Amino acid sequence: MTGIEHNVPRHAVIAPGHTLTTITDRISAIVLRKRAPIGWWVALGVTGLMSVMLLVSIVRLVTTGIGIWGNNQPVGWGFDIINFVWWIGIGHAGTLISAILLLLRQAWRTSINRFAEAMTLFAVANAGLYPLLHTGRPWLAYWLLPYPNTMGTWPQFRSPLVWDVFAVSTYATVSLLFWYVGLIPDLATLRDRSRRPIARVLYGVFAMGWRGASRHWERYETAYVLLAGLATPLVVSVHTVVSFDFAAGIIPGWHTTVFPPYFVAGAIFAGFAMVLTLAIPMRAIYGLEDFITARHLENMGKVMLATGLIVAYGYAVEAFMAWYSGSPYESYMMINRLTGPYKWHYGSLILCNVLAVQVLWLRRARKNVFVLFAVAMFVNVGMWLERFVIIVVSLHRDYLPSSWGMYAGTLWDWAMFLGTIGFFLFLMLLFIRFLPVISIFEMRTLVPSGSEGDAGKEGH
Amino acid sequence: MGAAVKGKPPIYGWLAEFAEVGALLDCARAARAEGYTVVEAYSPMPVHGLAEILGWRNRLPAIVFCGGLVGACAGFGLQYWVSVIEYPLNVGGKPFNSWPAFIVPMFECTILFAAFAAVLGMFWLNGLPQPYHPVFNVERFVEASRDRFFLMVLSRDPRFELEGTRKFLERQEPISLEGVPH
Repeated sequence: MTGIEHNVPRHAVIAPGHTLTTITDRISAIVLRKRAPIGWWVALGVTGLMSVMLLVSIVRLVTTGIGIWGNNQPVGWGFDIINFVWWIGIGHAGTLISAILLLLRQAWRTSINRFAEAMTLFAVANAGLYPLLHTGRPWLAYWLLPYPNTMGTWPQFRSPLVWDVFAVSTYATVSLLFWYVGLIPDLATLRDRSRRPIARVLYGVFAMGWRGASRHWERYETAYVLLAGLATPLVVSVHTVVSFDFAAGIIPGWHTTVFPPYFVAGAIFAGFAMVLTLAIPMRAIYGLEDFITARHLENMGKVMLATGLIVAYGYAVEAFMAWYSGSPYESYMMINRLTGPYKWHYGSLILCNVLAVQVLWLRRARKNVFVLFAVAMFVNVGMWLERFVIIVVSLHRDYLPSSWGMYAGTLWDWAMFLGTIGFFLFLMLLFIRFLPVISIFEMRTLVPSGSEGDAGKEGH
Repeated sequence: MGAAVKGKPPIYGWLAEFAEVGALLDCARAARAEGYTVVEAYSPMPVHGLAEILGWRNRLPAIVFCGGLVGACAGFGLQYWVSVIEYPLNVGGKPFNSWPAFIVPMFECTILFAAFAAVLGMFWLNGLPQPYHPVFNVERFVEASRDRFFLMVLSRDPRFELEGTRKFLERQEPISLEGVPH
C-alpha cells in the first residue's frame, strides 16, 4: 500500500471495460444494498452525537442569549462570522465543479459533481445557521427580507449585509434546484431497480415520472446547461458579496479592493480541499476507484495549487498595501498580525495555506492519496485560520488603543462549531446511503460508444 | 377526436427495444423516412441529435430569458420603490435612487427568477410530474433507465396501422417488440 494508483491509466476519467450496465449496477448498488456497512453505522452514530451537540448548543444559545459566545466589544464578530464564511467557502467548490467545469466541458467532473453539489448544500445550510443564530432571535429572521410590515420599515438596500441576504438565499435556492434537477434521471433508475415497495414509491415520487423520452432529455439538458450558466456568475457574486461585508467597512485590514477576487479564490481553494477530504476516504471505502480515478485526484490537486497561489498573492498584496498606503493603522494591522498576540495564528495560516500546498508542484505528491489528504487537511485548517485572522486580528486592535481587547471562542463556540462539522458529515452519510453519490446518467455518457458522440474523449 | 370517430385504437403504441444507441438512431431515421410523425424514443442518457431526427424545436431558452428579465425588473423595481417612494432615507444627501448599490440584489433576483424559469419551464414543457404513463405498463421498460434504448410509434400517428407498423418495426430487428396497453 504505497497509496499510488497503478491499476487505472493516468488520463482515464473512467476505468476501461465499463458499459452502461456495469455503471448503472455498480453505482446504484451502493444505495440498493440491503445492509449498510458497519462502519457507516459507527460514523452515523458519532456524527449523530455531534449533531445533538449542535442542537444542545442552539437550545442553550436561544434560551440564554448570545452572551454565551465569546463575542464582545471590540470583537463583535467572532466564531459566528468566521464559521459562516468558512462554511460558505467550502460550498463553492461544489458549484465550481458542477457548473463551471460543465461549461468548460471538462468530462472529468462527471464522477465528482454529484457529491460536491451535496457538499455545497450541506455546507450552505450550516453557513446559514450562523447569521440566523447571531440575530439572537432566529424566529424573527424573516425581518431580514423585504415585506410590508406593521413597523413601516424596509431594508436598507445600500448595505452589503442586505446584499448578503439576497446572495446567500439565492445561492442556497439555486444550488438546491441544480442538485435536484441533476438527480431526477438517477431517481428514475432507482425507482426502476429498487425492490422495496417504500423505496420505489419514494424514489418514484421524486423522479416525477421521468421516463427518458428524447424530447424530455433535450429540454432537460437545456435546463441543466442554463442552470450551470446561471450558477457560474452566481457563485462568484456570492463570495464577492461576502467580502463586501468586510471591504465596505473602514476597519484596518478590511477596507481593501483585493478582497473580492482573493475571497473567491480562497473559497474555491477551501472547497476543493473539502472535496478531497471527503472523496479520498469515500472512494476507498466504497471501491469507486474506477470512477473517481487518479486523474480526478490529480486535477483537484492542481486546482488547489492554482487557487492556493492566488490566495498567497492576496496575502502578499495585503502586506504590500499595508506598507504602501502610508496609513499608520494599516501598517500597524500588519505588524500586529506578524508580532501581536495572534502571531501564531498568522504563522500557522501561512504554513497551512502557502507552504504546505507547494508540495503539489510534484506529480508524485499529486498522485499519492495520503499526501493529497494531508494537504487538504492543512488547507481546511488554514482557511479557517485565514477568516480568524481577518476578522479577529483586525477588530481586536483598531484605531483607539484604549478600546483594544482580546478575543477567544468559549466552550459553547467550540461546541457549536464541532456540532456543525458533525451535522455536515451526518448529512453526507445519509446522502451516500440514500442517493447515488455519482451521477449515473452522466457517467453513461462517458462510455465510448454510449452517446454517439465524443463525450468520452473530451477534456484531454 | 379521431378516437371518437374510429373508436379507441386497441393499443397505445408499439414499443421496440434496442441494445445499442446506433440501432435506435437508425430506427428513428427509418420511422421518419416511412412518414411516421408521432414517435417517441427513450434512452438511459441524453442522445444528441435524436430529438432533431424526430422533428422538434426547443422553447425553453426563451422562457428562461423572460424569467431573467422579469427578475431583473422586479429586483430593481422593488429597490427603487422602497428607497425612493415608500421609505426614502436621506443619508448625507446622497441620491435616493442610488442605482449602483442596487445592482447586487437586482443581479441576484435575475439569477433566481431565471433559475426557477429553467426548472419549472422544463417541468411544464415536459409535462412532469406525470406519475402514470402507458409506457410504464411494459415490464421490460424498466431497462430504459439502465442500459436499453426504446422507440415507440404511437397509435395516435395518422400512418399507424396495427399490423403494418408492427411489421415495419420488426424489420428494424429490435431485441423485443411489444404493444403498449393504454
